[in-house]
Amino acid sequence: MTAVTHSLYMAVRHMRNLARQPLYIMFTLVQPVIWLVLFGQLFKNIVRLPGFGAPSYVDFLTPGVVVMTVLFGAGWSGMGIIHDLDLGVMDRFLVSPVSRVALIAGRLVQLGVVAVIQSVLIVVLGLIMGARFPGGILGVVVLIVCAVLLSLPVGALSCAIALLARKEETVIGASNFILLPLTFLSSVFMAESLMPAWMQTVVRFNPVQWAADAGRMALSAHPDWGSVLARAVLLAALSVVSAWLATRAFRAYQRSV
Amino acid sequence: MAHAEALNSFESGVARPRQSAPPAIEVRDLVKTYRGGVRALDGLSFSVHAGTIFGLVGPNGAGKSTTVKILTTLSRADSGIAKVASLDVMQEPARVRLAIGCVGQKSGIDSASTGRENLTLQGRVYGLRGKELREGVAGLLERFGLAQAGDRVTRTYSGGMQRKLDVAMGLIHRPQVLFLDEPTTGLDPEARADMWREITRLANEEGITILLTTHYLEEADRLAQRLAVVDRGRVVAEGTPEDLKRGLRGDTIHMELAQSEDAERSRGVLSGLAELREIAGEGRQLHARADRGAETVPQALAALESAGIKVASITVSRPSLDDVYLRHAGRAFREADEAGAERKTT
Repeated sequence: MTAVTHSLYMAVRHMRNLARQPLYIMFTLVQPVIWLVLFGQLFKNIVRLPGFGAPSYVDFLTPGVVVMTVLFGAGWSGMGIIHDLDLGVMDRFLVSPVSRVALIAGRLVQLGVVAVIQSVLIVVLGLIMGARFPGGILGVVVLIVCAVLLSLPVGALSCAIALLARKEETVIGASNFILLPLTFLSSVFMAESLMPAWMQTVVRFNPVQWAADAGRMALSAHPDWGSVLARAVLLAALSVVSAWLATRAFRAYQRSV
Repeated sequence: MAHAEALNSFESGVARPRQSAPPAIEVRDLVKTYRGGVRALDGLSFSVHAGTIFGLVGPNGAGKSTTVKILTTLSRADSGIAKVASLDVMQEPARVRLAIGCVGQKSGIDSASTGRENLTLQGRVYGLRGKELREGVAGLLERFGLAQAGDRVTRTYSGGMQRKLDVAMGLIHRPQVLFLDEPTTGLDPEARADMWREITRLANEEGITILLTTHYLEEADRLAQRLAVVDRGRVVAEGTPEDLKRGLRGDTIHMELAQSEDAERSRGVLSGLAELREIAGEGRQLHARADRGAETVPQALAALESAGIKVASITVSRPSLDDVYLRHAGRAFREADEAGAERKTT
């Protein structure tokens, strides 16, 4: 119970601090727009490849950009931890009765809220650019849930790395090093059926793929809800494990101070 | 027990150390080695009476902050005993956290939030709610002269204001024991004097036990009822500032020679005077101890003059904590401080 209320207090703090940075908010909103427009134009003709399996690229790309945007936002969440460590805010919380879980969960709640706002914006923009989603509102909701479920483990691991490394450069480096390949090793930009065989195997173990796949299925005319659910459950399980790891990282941090 | 003690003294308006009460802080044989083999604490021991200000004094890298980190449950000792408010910090960290307030060396303020928001969140974490929380926050802002600035983002605060907010945040849950790790480092003289007044008031009027670390010897002298001089992870001297200074017989005479070439010769001349002892120095600076400093000065001057050595200036001072440190740690404080700072940054 304490963990839940403390998480909310922390989430409120993070949301409030975020709301005080209008320029930062603008960037987080404009960035996905650029992806959608840029990649939408660049890969426009990709759908003509035999076997791509989507009527228009913007139909295909929109859920991909939702997943990618949320993914990268989550990858940066460790930066907030570094900031708190540098200011001494983290040490102050660690000598108070605050729940350790809340120090991670509060950030994840904020991450989730931002992810929902970004996702809705991208979907609306996709529709304006001519995308059609037969799955309707329900499909969009499921897509967003999957995107949020992806942001949780990524955000938690980013926080864990921040606590262990305590350097901005490491968090930036690690998140680029891990997230870019994960994005390209998924169907965010390219249909799975057109990937080389080895890649199709690798892709099955990629959480980014689970989210993109589940979201796209939900947006289709006749979703296979069993597969959607299976992927969502995998993401949820990964979230729990990652959050536990992040909480453990506090011990490692406290051993070193 | 200790809580009742604190309440008592709060009501009566005076706080005196009571020998019968259990110590508010008890540290015995604390050892802490960091990865890489740096031995930060090497059998550190001291204890603090409830309702008093206790100073941990020492140069950079002496182990003061490590001690505070262990006592406030942030870090763990390898061995030894540490108790705060009669609770073992290693066995019952959760209960210790409720009993203590902590102002770390780093500020600990969220710079993107306002003073009021910082205080409110801190209070919430300790379980304060509603009216009690609102009034507590408003009261502390008022008391630390931050009422006007309370709704401004703390990034805009001066160093002194931030430090005051830090202390206010350490007090929001009315702790029994307050830890202040180098509370005045980096403050201008005015803000420092302000902070000194506030710290004295906390102990005198509210009966809070305060453990203060500082590497300003003057600060410990001014504030602490008792202090421990820490060097290389051990307590090398403990007592009231007066006790420690009394241990040094007599006064210190400082001399500045006109020419550094005369240094060696003047030492020879001065060592011929029976009244002077512990003659030491560097370059043009010389210092020595004498039972009656003021009476010895003319003799020293006369002896030097007859040897043809010119003295630029000469002063006599009562023993200071600098001298205490020099005597117990076997090296000058400033020298140790610089060496410690260097070790920290490399």
